[in-house]
Amino acid sequence: MQTVPAAEHASGQQHPIGLYLRVWALLFVLSTLSYLVDYFRIEGYLRWFLIVAFMLMKAGLIIAVFMHMRWERLALIVAILLPPFCLLVLVGLMHVEADYTFSTRGAYFTSDVQQTAVHPGTGQERR
Amino acid sequence: MAQRPPTSREDLLASPAGWQGFVADWSADREAFKVPWGKAMMWIFLVSDTFVFSCFLVGYMTVRVSTTAVWPNPSEVFALTIGGTSVPLILIAIMTFILISSSGTMAMAVNYAYRRERVKTALLMLATAAFGASFVGLQAFEWTHLIVDEGVRPWGNAMGAAQFGAAFFTITGFHGLHVSAGVIYLLVVALKVLLGRYERSGNYQIVEIAGLYWHFVDLVWVFIFAFFYLW
Repeated sequence: MQTVPAAEHASGQQHPIGLYLRVWALLFVLSTLSYLVDYFRIEGYLRWFLIVAFMLMKAGLIIAVFMHMRWERLALIVAILLPPFCLLVLVGLMHVEADYTFSTRGAYFTSDVQQTAVHPGTGQERR
Repeated sequence: MAQRPPTSREDLLASPAGWQGFVADWSADREAFKVPWGKAMMWIFLVSDTFVFSCFLVGYMTVRVSTTAVWPNPSEVFALTIGGTSVPLILIAIMTFILISSSGTMAMAVNYAYRRERVKTALLMLATAAFGASFVGLQAFEWTHLIVDEGVRPWGNAMGAAQFGAAFFTITGFHGLHVSAGVIYLLVVALKVLLGRYERSGNYQIVEIAGLYWHFVDLVWVFIFAFFYLW
C-alpha cells in the first residue's frame, strides 16, 4: 500500500502498514513454535534454550517495532532498557538463595521419597 | 490546547545521532528525551511496572526452586478436552494468540491515527479492546476451573506445592488487572477519537501512548507464558 508521507500528517511514528503485518505474522509463528515445544514434550536444556530464545525474539519484536523503540533516540533507549538489566543481579541472588533453601529443606525436613522428587532449578525432571 | 512537539524536525536533524547524541541529550540543560512529555511519562511508568512484574516473577522463581514438593505440570493443568482428546496447554495458547492479535490491531490503530483516519483508528482500537475483553473472559474461565474443579487456593493446592496457588493468582491476577484497565483506557481513547476530540487539536499522540501501554501488557504476557506456563 502506497501512502503519502505528507509532512503535515507525519507528526509522529509513521511506518508502512506492511511492516506491522509482517511483525504480527512473525509473532504468530514464534508463539506457535514455543507452543510446539510444549506440545512435543521437549525436555531438559533444549527446552530451556528454545523457550528463552523464542521469548526474547518475541519481546524484541514487540519492543523494537510495535513500541517504536528502534526509531527512538539513543538517550531514551538507554534510559528504558538499561535499568531492567539490574534485575539479572536480583535473579542471580535469589536463585542462589533458593537453591540453598532447597538443599537445607531436603536435608532436614523431607523424607527420602520426596527428596528425590523434583528440582526445578536444574531444569531436569519436571515432575 | 494544542500540544506542540518539543522539537522541530530541524532541531532533530541538527542534533547528532548515536552515542554522541546520547551524551548530548543527557547533558543538555533543558531536555534529555526529545519526545512529547506524555510519551516520556508513559515510558517511565512502564519501566516502573517492569520492576513490579519482575519482582513477582523472581519471587515465583524463588519459591519454585526452593520447594521440595511436586510442582503441578502446567501443560496438563491447562489442557482442554477437545473432541474427546486432551490437548495440552491449549487454553493458554489461545489466550496468547488473542493477545498477539490485539497487539497487531493496536499497532495499526496507531498508524491510522497519524494518518488522521479517525474512524479506522477508533474501529481498530475497539477491536483491540474486544480482544482484551475476551482475554479477560478466558482468564475468568481459567480461574474458575482452577478454583472450583482443581481446588487451587492462594495458600495451597491439591496437586502439590502450595506455592503454585500463590504464584498463579498473584502473577495472572496482576496481569489480568492490567488488561482490564487497558480495555477501559482504550475504550475511552477510542470514543474520544471517534468524537473528533483530537481532530480539533490535530494531535493524535495519545493513541501511540495508549498503544505503548497495550503492547507492554502483551510483552509481559510473553514472559509469563515462557516462565510460568512453559517452565
